[in-house]
Amino acid sequence: MPEISGFAFPNDVHVTWSLMIVMYPYITGFVAGSFIVTSLYHLFGRQEFKPVARLAMATSFAFLLIASLPLQLHLGQPQRGPSVMITPHFTSAMAGFGILYSFYLVILVLEVWFVWRQEIIERAKRSRGAVRAFYAVLALGTYDQSPEAIEIDHRAIKILAGIGLPAACMLHGYVGFIFGAIKANPWWSTPLMPVIFLLSAAVSGIALLVVLYQVFARLGRRPVEAGAMSALARWLWFFLILTITLELLELIVMAYERSESWLIISELISTRLEFSYVTLQMIVGGLIPIILLAVVVLMNRYLHEKVRNTLSTVAAVLCLMQVFSMRWNIVIGGQLLSKSLRGLRSPYEPEMFGREGVLMAIALMIAPFVILWAFDRILGIEEAEPEGGEGSPAPGGAAEGVRAA
Amino acid sequence: MEPKRDPAQSAGVEPAQAAEQGAATRREFLATTLKLSGGAVVFLMGAGVAADGAGRAGDAKGEAYNWEEHLYAYLVDTSKCIGCGSCVRACKAENQVPDGFYRTWIERYVVGMEDTHVDSPEGGLNGFPPIQVGFVTTKSFFVPKICNHCRKTPCTQVCPVGASYRTKDGAILVDGDRCIGCGYCVQACPYGSRFLHPATHTASKCTWCYHRITKGLKPACVTVCPTGTRQFGDLKDENDPVRLAIEHDRVSILQGHLLTEPQCYYLELDKEVR
Repeated sequence: MPEISGFAFPNDVHVTWSLMIVMYPYITGFVAGSFIVTSLYHLFGRQEFKPVARLAMATSFAFLLIASLPLQLHLGQPQRGPSVMITPHFTSAMAGFGILYSFYLVILVLEVWFVWRQEIIERAKRSRGAVRAFYAVLALGTYDQSPEAIEIDHRAIKILAGIGLPAACMLHGYVGFIFGAIKANPWWSTPLMPVIFLLSAAVSGIALLVVLYQVFARLGRRPVEAGAMSALARWLWFFLILTITLELLELIVMAYERSESWLIISELISTRLEFSYVTLQMIVGGLIPIILLAVVVLMNRYLHEKVRNTLSTVAAVLCLMQVFSMRWNIVIGGQLLSKSLRGLRSPYEPEMFGREGVLMAIALMIAPFVILWAFDRILGIEEAEPEGGEGSPAPGGAAEGVRAA
Repeated sequence: MEPKRDPAQSAGVEPAQAAEQGAATRREFLATTLKLSGGAVVFLMGAGVAADGAGRAGDAKGEAYNWEEHLYAYLVDTSKCIGCGSCVRACKAENQVPDGFYRTWIERYVVGMEDTHVDSPEGGLNGFPPIQVGFVTTKSFFVPKICNHCRKTPCTQVCPVGASYRTKDGAILVDGDRCIGCGYCVQACPYGSRFLHPATHTASKCTWCYHRITKGLKPACVTVCPTGTRQFGDLKDENDPVRLAIEHDRVSILQGHLLTEPQCYYLELDKEVR
């Protein structure tokens, strides 16, 4: 049994929402965050994001495919999971998940199809036998590569991105809503919660792309484009500042109001969450990357490319950790405090094995990268043919690189 | 949305079903005996008991119960509680509540001008051992807790599949055959009344002993309370003592600011109690 300091309601000593519920917003955060990056190019025409736009979309897709797994793994009766979609109870915030998830999945699959349609056709033409049949099915039987058809593709991509961006934001803002709308828990109950979740999703998505972009470039023996890296660093800095500001504001308001829950929340932060909140979320994952990124953004022209990339990568890795600790502190932290507002339970330690264990969480984090690798093998994440005369890699370059790894 | 379930069936999904059927047979037997022996038993046991027994006999067949004719409420007079823990033990036995989880519990408050100490060792299951506190105690009392069966309850609101619902007679129940075990209702309950059952992996909570009250009995905790701290009544009965108390006395509810409209009312509630 966990140790209790103060008084907790006797049923409040169990951590009902385990590590899987920490993984769930972390993973959907990547879905939304990388979609924001791809939208910056496809929707808002930010050319500097062109080199990462496809990678971002593929990343969003790869994470989306496993986004519902942690929820499913967490359920006490997993075989009844589909009833959330079949017989949803609409007053529940959770009932919206099925609808939002499927809607976004449809939009993203369509968008991926339009973006990669040329590659699918090319590959269908190049290959033969079963492989050809496979790509022919993917191409849905249409091999139209006329300029008019490509123009239609572009328009479709734009429209889908226009629907996809709000859908991605809803999908993740809604995760914040699940917590923010629980009036029973003062650590969760704030209208800021969906906003904080959304902003930190952008942070995690961009940070992941900073790292992924360099890994992919290295594996594919392609240069890392300075413009794309600076742009990613700049937007990462921007979203990180917003996130940390709101996360602090939430606390400051609570403290200044001297709300009834502040006494126990201040104890929660200064004892149980001291390391994961103060050290990881705020200092190592917040303050330090803000400084590093400030150097990258403000002193961009004085920095050697290698220094800039290294600083950005270090900052990005810290940001990834910051977002994870933020998810942890919200989901787990909220359950360490009893609704009696008089007591805290001892820190939660997830099990190692089992459905909701650490190994499963690691497997869940690896899975999207396996999907990404498969995506690259099947469709090729980077463009096969250079558009606009840029120094693009040889067809299948990235794929070979990944294979070599 | 109003639930369209048969209340008897709802009661049937509770784990106590098997035990209850045995008890029902016993009760039927007793009821028949009462009817057959007629006047002699009335003479021996007093008219009040006989009337009560006859009421039960009618309901025990499960035909007469109409959930639209009742609206239940619970009343706790905290000044009477002696912290004996009988209610917690009775609840555990009646509903097979797993170890370490509680459908009802008792809190002990030891209050002074400087500090307050609150505890609930094992939910009060084995009563309360003597306690030393490091401040001058000016008052001390016990507060029994139970699901508040709120009218505007967040727990049924957040259930993604509608497995948690409010019956027409006012009880909040969980359909164990529909619950997916997501735990959202556990998070949403401000009173800590719910838990995920470690064996069934579905949400579990106080049902006001729905299998008993639909047969005209009181919840187990009320039946065993030796001091009358815990009372259970029907708001649709104008002469019900619980209804009269809620109507005419100064009653409190827990965490009223959350506007969940609890149907568990308290007399003599102290400010320290949340």
